[in-house]
Amino acid sequence: MNIFFYIAATVAIISTIMAISGRNAIHALLFLILSFLAISVVFYLLDAPFIAALEVIIYAGAIMVLFIFVTMMLNVGLERKMENKWLNPRMWIVPGLLAAILLFDLILALKVSRTIPVGNQVIQPKQVGISLFSTYLLAVEMTAILLMTGVIGAYHLGSQKKKVMHRFLEKKIKTC
Amino acid sequence: MKEALNIAGVLFIALTIAAGLIWVERRLLSVWQDRLGPNRVGPFGLFQVIADTIKLFFKEDWVPSFSDRPVFIMAPGILIITILLTFAVIPFGPDFIVFDSNIGILFFLGNSSLGVYSIVLGGWASNNKYSLIGAMRASAQMLTYEVFMGLSLMGVVMMADSFSFNAIVEAQKGGWFIVPQFIGFIVFFIAGLAETHRLPFDIPESEGELVAGYHSEYSGMKFGMFFVGEYLGITLISALIATLFFGGWLGPSFLPPVFWFLLKTFFFICMFILLRASLPRPRYDQLMKFGWKVLLPLSLGNILITGAVLIFFK
Amino acid sequence: MLSILRTIWLTFLHIFHKTETVEYPEVKPYLPPRYRGRIILTRDKEGEERCVACYLCASACPVDCISLQATEDESGRRYPEFFRINFSRCIFCGFCEEACPTYAIQLIPDFEMGEYDRQNMVYEKEHLLISGQGKYPDYNFYKNAGVSIGVKGKGEGDHEEKPLDLKDLMP
Ligand code: SF4
Ligand code: SF4
Repeated sequence: MNIFFYIAATVAIISTIMAISGRNAIHALLFLILSFLAISVVFYLLDAPFIAALEVIIYAGAIMVLFIFVTMMLNVGLERKMENKWLNPRMWIVPGLLAAILLFDLILALKVSRTIPVGNQVIQPKQVGISLFSTYLLAVEMTAILLMTGVIGAYHLGSQKKKVMHRFLEKKIKTC
Repeated sequence: MKEALNIAGVLFIALTIAAGLIWVERRLLSVWQDRLGPNRVGPFGLFQVIADTIKLFFKEDWVPSFSDRPVFIMAPGILIITILLTFAVIPFGPDFIVFDSNIGILFFLGNSSLGVYSIVLGGWASNNKYSLIGAMRASAQMLTYEVFMGLSLMGVVMMADSFSFNAIVEAQKGGWFIVPQFIGFIVFFIAGLAETHRLPFDIPESEGELVAGYHSEYSGMKFGMFFVGEYLGITLISALIATLFFGGWLGPSFLPPVFWFLLKTFFFICMFILLRASLPRPRYDQLMKFGWKVLLPLSLGNILITGAVLIFFK
Repeated sequence: MLSILRTIWLTFLHIFHKTETVEYPEVKPYLPPRYRGRIILTRDKEGEERCVACYLCASACPVDCISLQATEDESGRRYPEFFRINFSRCIFCGFCEEACPTYAIQLIPDFEMGEYDRQNMVYEKEHLLISGQGKYPDYNFYKNAGVSIGVKGKGEGDHEEKPLDLKDLMP
């Protein structure tokens, strides 16, 4: 089992690096998907099959398709020059500092959580569901409300006024 | 040893059915259209499949110079791999299953959502207007219908109290789920049609407007993989319908369970082909509208009612 | 919704319908005698070529696929020196047959003219000419026309009277 974990973890890390450093946007996204898949394997090996499946269905399956969908329609070649302009070294200082702080945090957190053993029992979907709807009910409801706003916004943006007339006739009426 | 046998058996059955479907579909369509269909090569034209395969193998396997080469080559493979992987969790018989996963349905949903990439990437990598339009349609259509597909199965999951396919089949010993889950069945069937982008929902490839949609640029065996992938998809969805709503391998014991399973699967494959023979293709926006305005409320209502009834009787 | 189910049901019922397909090479379709297929050149009852090389067919042809060259034999009878039809251009409209004053050129019920080499679609006179009379038996142009040529004098035709002797007083 361990060897699989290390393979998956290595794949995840390498593909994430490729995703960040890739020049071709679609290829970068593909590497990102690969890293999601690898992470889902890691989850599975940590005895959380439900999360692993959700990782694939939601992140790799649904959200990344939308990313690709948008990137497909952009003309990727044009952006390259802009990117070079934005990415001059001075711009890196503040984000770099922030990232360093985060890294430090992460290391600390890892050190603290070392003692908690992981994966000594398989977490069934049922347990996840029960804890979602009891312990974390508030968070679930909040997320639901957030999503609801999204739905309403999408409806508002997407709704069209019903056109009875043909658009050519419309123009004519406007002009005269 | 047994596992290896199971894997070989599942692969053999799935691929044989998929290949045979090339012939079955053409013959059945011709029956419903008062024609004869391919009947020249071999007895009843059965060797047509072999002839087609040979033809595909010997065609020039052309990768367009304007395409994104690695992605272009990868795309058809993704389709086949995701579909074949899903066959691993489907029980062909009580012991005839490659991997009895306790997240079987989620595994299937995950794989089918990954299958979208094959079409989206194939269309994008071809670097061709029509392919791109096809890919865009595919991504929107399949994302949409994946939602209902997942939702429509939740009723079954609730009733069986498990995500595992074998547990679902066992739970149907008292009666098939088609009766209590009729709405779920309808939604799943329609969503399955859209997921496999079969006629009448073959909007991503609609040859009338988009040449061949996302696989316009494909030729040779790469096209063949899309082609077989489509038939594998039909087989998969039919097998799932049989498993989830019609009791899978359950059946009178004078015949082996595998037979019952295959019989049910084949029935739904024929249904798919009948739909192809009879229905015209809807417009793209009609499809989306139908999905979000009819199927979504239907499947949500189904979940609600199933849950309520289950709690009431507990 | 109901109409969709009805459509599916009606399509399903087609299982019990008769297939319309004619399995062609084994089952030949019926072609009426006036079917416009491959073109032939016919001969008259006496076994002579009917064609008088008048070029009417060539000028009637909308796709210009007939080409011929007129010549005369010793008796003064006209005939085509060569007669060529390019069947890869012919549209089988039948105009040539209508234009022909001598019933020489005729279209027959035969359409199986597939070739691997396009050049083989160009038929010469020896390919076109048959030894029979085709669709219009017993017709001989010279017997019906008033013209005098080496094989036939004036007034010797089928529906002809002897030419009047203008200098004679007798009726
Ligand atoms: S059938 Fe028509 S096209 Fe053919 S040779 Fe005669 S006139 Fe020309
Ligand atoms: S075939 Fe008929 S129309 Fe043509 S040249 Fe001969 S006589 Fe004239």
